[in-house]
Amino acid sequence: MALAHRSSGLLKPLSTASSSSFLHRRPYSTDDTTTITVETSVPFTGHNCETPSRSVDTNPKELMTFFTDMALMRRMEIAADSLYKSKLIRGFCHLYDGQEAVSIGMEAAITKKDCIITAYRDHCLFLGRGGTLLESFAELMGRTAGCSNGKGGSMHFYKKEACFFGGHGIVGAQVPLGCGLAFAQKYRKEGHVTFTMYGDGAANQGQLFEALNMAALWDLPAILVCENNHYGMGTAEWRAAKSPAYYKRGDYVPGLKVDGMDAFAVKQACKFAKEHVLKNGPIILEMDTYRYHGHSMSDPGSTYRTRDEISGVRQERDPIERIRKLILAHDLATEKELKDIEKQARKEVDEAIAKAKESPMPDEPELFTNVYRKGFGVESFGADRKELRTTLP
Amino acid sequence: MASIFQGVGAATSLSSSTSIDTKKFHFCSRRSRSERKASFVVVRSGGAKVENRIGGRAEQLVTNAVAAKADTPTAATVSKPGHELLLFEALREGLEEEMERDARVCVMGEDVGHYGGSYKVTRGLAEKYGDLRVLDTPIAENSFTGMGIGAAMMGLRPIIEGMNMGFLLLAFNQISNNCGMLHYTSGGQFKIPVVIRGPGGVGRQLGAEHSQRLESYFQSIPGIQMVACSTPYNAKGLMKAAIRSDNPVILFEHVLLYNLKERIPDEEYVLNLEEAEMVRPGEHVTILTYSRMRYHVMQAAKTLVNKGYDPEVIDIRSLKPFDLYTIGNSIKKTHRVLIVEECMRTGGIGASLTAAITENFHDYLDAPIVCLSSQDVPTPYAGTLEEWTVVQPPQIVAAVEQLCR
Repeated sequence: MALAHRSSGLLKPLSTASSSSFLHRRPYSTDDTTTITVETSVPFTGHNCETPSRSVDTNPKELMTFFTDMALMRRMEIAADSLYKSKLIRGFCHLYDGQEAVSIGMEAAITKKDCIITAYRDHCLFLGRGGTLLESFAELMGRTAGCSNGKGGSMHFYKKEACFFGGHGIVGAQVPLGCGLAFAQKYRKEGHVTFTMYGDGAANQGQLFEALNMAALWDLPAILVCENNHYGMGTAEWRAAKSPAYYKRGDYVPGLKVDGMDAFAVKQACKFAKEHVLKNGPIILEMDTYRYHGHSMSDPGSTYRTRDEISGVRQERDPIERIRKLILAHDLATEKELKDIEKQARKEVDEAIAKAKESPMPDEPELFTNVYRKGFGVESFGADRKELRTTLP
Repeated sequence: MASIFQGVGAATSLSSSTSIDTKKFHFCSRRSRSERKASFVVVRSGGAKVENRIGGRAEQLVTNAVAAKADTPTAATVSKPGHELLLFEALREGLEEEMERDARVCVMGEDVGHYGGSYKVTRGLAEKYGDLRVLDTPIAENSFTGMGIGAAMMGLRPIIEGMNMGFLLLAFNQISNNCGMLHYTSGGQFKIPVVIRGPGGVGRQLGAEHSQRLESYFQSIPGIQMVACSTPYNAKGLMKAAIRSDNPVILFEHVLLYNLKERIPDEEYVLNLEEAEMVRPGEHVTILTYSRMRYHVMQAAKTLVNKGYDPEVIDIRSLKPFDLYTIGNSIKKTHRVLIVEECMRTGGIGASLTAAITENFHDYLDAPIVCLSSQDVPTPYAGTLEEWTVVQPPQIVAAVEQLCR
């Protein structure tokens, strides 16, 4: 049976993929490149620009990859939730579950040379850029195996080789940085673009409009992506913004409103945006998305919205469910196979957590490394001048 | 030799209360390496740089100086090596040399391009390098500083100019959180080789908001370096060093020092960012200063010498980190410290320096450290009040006399 053959093709490579990043393409022996055309859930709405078509081309491999990757992201965020509750992750932890489609769709449309910069809800974007589960969990728990050696934390994930620029704690401050990345790309004439992501809360920051003005003035290849999950921590968007149509706020800068829970809509929009900015200067993409958790782990998430609303969105618009339905509709895998993929994701996450727990905490001299690029060759002391002496490199 | 001294002496007659006779320039003769005062000491790598500089040459800039024409001494017309220029031209020269050398160096700021810079530091560069490399930004300090930092994360080496240092308060978040901390929070992945520069300090009745000393606000930010230039020689050298450094460097210039004239070498030179400058070696007291106060100190030094004191004047130049090596050696010699700065009394560079010296060199001190700073008031507009806000030479003289009793 074609199904059985396919299922064996699915299950075998899974075990070998456990130690590496889950984002490697698994070999599918059948129907790899058949084009499947998918319609986005809703049409795009444009401001000062024509909208891309609702039909998106994809293929079985991409569909399965979307499902697998999103399942992994979802599992990672839920695991982070329980790690936080068991006090292994401290401080602030902002979870991305519900919004995975934005990361997945964006990655499908761009290359690793295009830059992404975002705020503090960065775990899944880091994973999408090629970061490993081990690096994520180790960083969250403050261990040396983390992507920033444990010195950054949840809000400071970076991956330079994949052009992922973080990971920023101050709301809105990453937008001028993103325009700076775009400036450098224009300066070097490389033909890449920058996706500068921010939330509906940050959309009211002045520096965003300052940066947008400059990007539009100099035709910088900057795509401003507003991940509108409708709540700026506890404040609903209609209570914070006179005009919550964030894609229109650029005025002279064109904008596009996208259903952020539909990975294919996101993919189409990002592809369109990339082509647009390389010719015409900046564009704003508003991703209409939703977060299931509260703003962060310290926020229950239910004081400013009803549980019915949350479960309603989960039932009707969940990004993983959408892909699951598509896969089942196109007969690419069975229910059981999909469940197995989710189980595999769970297993990988658990393994990564176990490995991350083994990673040591940073040593005391690490306190003083990487403050300056090349130190001054002087000794550095702790507050009492007796301990923590180290020679700066 | 005597004619040179006389020439210098005539140029430095001042309306201050101290009378200076030309023949009393005997302190110059102690530095009998007089042939060196016209040429320049090349920076010796590794060792502390020793500079012979007669403060008199810089006296042209003191607010009340009478612009007396010096009889050009014959020795001065002997062709000296180097070329003469003003401080802002020295900054421009350093900037231009670095832009020539490395295509990644770019400038961004308000009116730096077509206008040529509000203090002419970037004049002519936009015509030469184009609008993208010498970028005229809109008035949006927070975001263009952020843009510069983002560009630096991608590998460029921007120089961000604040038209007045006070305006950079709007960019404090970007400077503190992104500029200073990104290298650390990314685990060393990104370096931020920006230079943030601009004029600060108390000018000539510019008003409270345009007379700010931001070095005291920025000094706590981890991950940045701060330097203050005071002469054309060190302005060019520090500018070049700051651009070449992989760390974010804040270069503090002073509004009133842009028209200082000096002869600097033709050869290329780069100064050490973390080193202090020995302006005048001495025995009795160490006077630590930087930027414009250096000139007030040198003016006071003349009076002090006439009264028989021998002050050692060090221009600390590096505001973060302090060059405790040079400073410490000086303290071990003189055992008395006077700090003269333009920052406010509360939380200024002098306050940190006092703490650092007390911590490290307490055993060598014969007297408590005296720190002369500006008053803790917004800088008034009225001329007389403004003068009283800032440390003046008679106060320095009085403080030294008090210290050395």
